[in-house]
Amino acid sequence: MSILRLFTRSRSAPAARERLQVLLAHERASAGSDLTAILREEILAVIAKHVELDADRVKVKVDRDENVSILEIDVEIPLDAARAA
Amino acid sequence: MGKVIVVTSGKGGVGKTTSSAALGAALAQRNEKVAVVDFDVGLRNLDLVMGAERRVVYDIVNVINGDAKLPQALIRDKRLDTLFLLPASQTRDKDALTEEGVERVIAELKKYFDWVICDSPAGIEKGATLAMRHADVAVVVTNPEVSSVRDSDRIIGMLDSKTLKAENGERMEKHLLLTRYDSNRAERGDMLKVDDVLEILSIPLLGIVPESMDVLKASNVGAPVTLADTRSAPAQAYFEAARRLAGEAIPVTIPGEKRGIFGKLFGRKAA
Repeated sequence: MSILRLFTRSRSAPAARERLQVLLAHERASAGSDLTAILREEILAVIAKHVELDADRVKVKVDRDENVSILEIDVEIPLDAARAA
Repeated sequence: MGKVIVVTSGKGGVGKTTSSAALGAALAQRNEKVAVVDFDVGLRNLDLVMGAERRVVYDIVNVINGDAKLPQALIRDKRLDTLFLLPASQTRDKDALTEEGVERVIAELKKYFDWVICDSPAGIEKGATLAMRHADVAVVVTNPEVSSVRDSDRIIGMLDSKTLKAENGERMEKHLLLTRYDSNRAERGDMLKVDDVLEILSIPLLGIVPESMDVLKASNVGAPVTLADTRSAPAQAYFEAARRLAGEAIPVTIPGEKRGIFGKLFGRKAA
């Protein structure tokens, strides 16, 4: 049994390599994970130039999939500010 | 002005302290003045690995706090005149290290030594960031194993963003030191190969230190492996790495790659 296993055993290093490559691609992409914070600040600044808005009402979210990343920006503009604009 | 090297890894237990001591002793044997600095405040071990644990009087925290002068805290190696150790404090924690204090100590060491080797603690907290802060060169110690490679990748990211060099827009020189490597297991496909790790981390290779009993033997007797048994495979690997650090362009080999009779019979395809 053990001799059979010796010859049929699958190699584990390629799995390690592949798992690391996938994982690190993700981790590196989110390494500057302050990206969402930076985007949030800058988007807020741009919109605030034109309409008055509450800083807490701006949400920036980055979703990552294996093939695609989605940047979701959710800005809530108060009714009176929208009318004034 | 001396060169400041940080020996770092993120993950613990991969061989930072062993490598700091071995590289320090290897460089000192080239007649260059070397100071190895233990940044692992609270869990110091460089003194033990170098066999100086009973000679520690003052430590880096004492120097930072002004309780001792740098020359009082430096311990000269009994075997090598040009090798010195600045121990960490064992009774304090990492908050005892201050940014300005570390800067002062490193600046002073650079004046007197050709090499200042900073042995980083594991982790990515204050101790590790302070150890890498003033480095000119980084040696990233990595085992051919997934968690170590992942943590090294993280540390490489920090070297490129949290160091003075990076903040000044300069490029941090980084080298990979692959330790505990077993070429037989790598050939069998059960361990990441040198090329796998190089491709994933994409920093240049400083050396390959084979897995060896000699490393444990050296630490048992309190000697850097490059002093305990200069002809052993890991010592040879560290000597080569030291030569590369000093600027020599020599090809990287895997020292002590020997095959037993069984390995020879089955060649590279064994199992």
